[in-house]
Amino acid sequence: MNRMEVTPGETIDGYLVGEQLHVGGMAIIFRASHPDIPGPVLFKVPKIQDGEDPTVIVGFEMEMMILPRLSGVHVPKVYSVGDYASRPYIAMEFVQGDTLYPTFERSPLPPMEVAAIGVKVATALIELHKQKVIHHDIKPSNIMIRDTGEACFIDFGLSRHREMPDLLEAEFRLPMGTAPYISPEQVRQNRADPRSDIFSLGVLLYHLATGERPFGLPRSQQALKTRLWRDPIPPRKIRKDIPPFLQEIILRCLEVDPAKRFQTPARLAFALQNPDAVLLTERAERMNRDGIITALRRWLRVRALPPPEPQAYAPNSGSIVLVAVNLDEDLEYLAEAVRVHTERVLGSSGDVRLACVNVLKLSAVFVHDPFDAEGRNIHVQRLVELKDWARPLGLATDKISFHVLEHMDPAEAILEFASKNHADQIVVGAKGRSQMRRFLGSVSSEVAARAPCSVTLVRATDPRSIKQEASAG
Amino acid sequence: MRIAFISDIHANREALDACIAHARRQGVDRWVFLGDLVGYGADPVYVVDKVRELAGDESFVVKGNHDAAAASGVADHMNEYATAAITWTYDELDEDARDYLRTLPMAIEDEDRLYVHAEANRPDDWRYVTDGSSAERSLRATEKRLTFCGHIHVPQLYHMAPQKPAIGFKPQNGAPVPLVASRKWLMVQGAVGQPRDRNPAAAYGLLDSKRNEMSYLRVPYDIESAARKIHAAGLPQLLAARLFIGR
Repeated sequence: MNRMEVTPGETIDGYLVGEQLHVGGMAIIFRASHPDIPGPVLFKVPKIQDGEDPTVIVGFEMEMMILPRLSGVHVPKVYSVGDYASRPYIAMEFVQGDTLYPTFERSPLPPMEVAAIGVKVATALIELHKQKVIHHDIKPSNIMIRDTGEACFIDFGLSRHREMPDLLEAEFRLPMGTAPYISPEQVRQNRADPRSDIFSLGVLLYHLATGERPFGLPRSQQALKTRLWRDPIPPRKIRKDIPPFLQEIILRCLEVDPAKRFQTPARLAFALQNPDAVLLTERAERMNRDGIITALRRWLRVRALPPPEPQAYAPNSGSIVLVAVNLDEDLEYLAEAVRVHTERVLGSSGDVRLACVNVLKLSAVFVHDPFDAEGRNIHVQRLVELKDWARPLGLATDKISFHVLEHMDPAEAILEFASKNHADQIVVGAKGRSQMRRFLGSVSSEVAARAPCSVTLVRATDPRSIKQEASAG
Repeated sequence: MRIAFISDIHANREALDACIAHARRQGVDRWVFLGDLVGYGADPVYVVDKVRELAGDESFVVKGNHDAAAASGVADHMNEYATAAITWTYDELDEDARDYLRTLPMAIEDEDRLYVHAEANRPDDWRYVTDGSSAERSLRATEKRLTFCGHIHVPQLYHMAPQKPAIGFKPQNGAPVPLVASRKWLMVQGAVGQPRDRNPAAAYGLLDSKRNEMSYLRVPYDIESAARKIHAAGLPQLLAARLFIGR
């Protein structure tokens, strides 16, 4: 016989169950302790009521399957999982911090605070998607902000793992999710698209920025479908102080067609952290919803749509490539070789966003003079040169961005940028192998040694050295 | 305990040896053979000996339709290629090996597991598990929580909650699937010796009974050698050619 009930004071598999902390829709949470685990343990059991809701049971099964497989700071650490047939529970880390719920009650928040929260959640999503999981229930009460600052997801009852059977999809013929946050694909019962999480995060950002829900609080299956054809009120119509870049980002997350959203959470995090690199489209300036005729036309089109095909999960799409360009005049041959290699990278992988980086080296001793001998702003001048370097690549403005980093240590600057922006690859030129470089260390080898991602070192021969050798010979 | 599931070897020595070596590296405690040791391939004697050796005293070997046919030399309901291979195999095997194949059990129960070659409802009808409804028929025929079968040469996984239909899942190579205890599971193994899912690598399964996780694994092997022997034995050429494309 199943024993689902848990009472405080009881000991289960060595866990002493303490006070009941929370009763959620699907589970009951207790504080617990275990002699081998320092500090409190969070003890989660499924909530079984009269006329039990089968989604609760299956959701708990899914969580028991997925959560123990995950690792990292963005998910709670699992200590043990009870046998489902006899004693279902999940004993996990007691995450110190608050959910986003209180923050969300303070909304609307200042735009930069919204962007900062967005970066945290998107960063957690990057790690989750890397581990082949779509969360499918991104909302404030499911996200904790740890005391150390990172976002941590706490409920995986609706999640889907790419390499495990999706028990929920298999058994239920209703859309599953939280009504205000559910993506159009989820409404249409497609649970295979990781970009659903981008949509839900867009709803969260919209709410934090405006204090209102973009699609209200639908209470029926029919009302859920409204988001398939009715666009939300542009955030800047509600709050004038929202900058165009943030509206652009939020509305892009909320696109009905997943192909028009940010394709990965890394791209979204990149946009939130680099407002200057966000290509502003008509979305940024929109002040009204589409007219009723347009909406009706969309409604007719949605009605005629065939059932959705599950999307192929493409973990390699939407990569961010950082190319570090040295613009020194005596290294033109190397900058050119780096560009040739970059073209090769762009040609061989489909959807790449290129971040062109140049480091303006600051002196450790002298105060930096922002102007050169001709009185031009050096930073601006570098940007101009960087854009000129990239022009032959012929990339559309939404695929490329330019960054001049001011730093004393060029390798450090490149590494910091790559890690902050979740670059998938770094392309960097390697200067020749001189004796001097062996003692001082080179930027490229430092980058290669410490990068958080793959690094391509581009080598080229200095044409002058060939000439010298020829004349010497 | 780690249990290796070896199904549909079909007298392919190279594929069997590759799977055994791979499974040994995973630390296997028990070998379960899900039938069709022989038929199609050129090494029936070696394969029967090897299986008998690995299976040991507490033998977990069930009978497949090709084993039954090779033991008697009578190939009912088989196509001309299979029939040719059965006739050839019958002559290759000695009486002892034929006896061994003839007396293999149709199904074996082992703790919460059932081992059977084909669909478990009527194992001697040799029906394929091809979809949710045949999987459900098989799962309803046993009290055991986990069923392991082969026969169709395409790896597949089915799960079924109480009072619910069975649902299929295409397992990803090497990714362990937790077999949650609240439902029944049917693990259809791919073929060691004649894969038909367009992946020519040998297929076998691995259950970690302590962690309650099932992995589907693929092992590349020396197809050229296996094919050359099929040619040399004078068996139908098609039986060699299909090994290269896994169909």
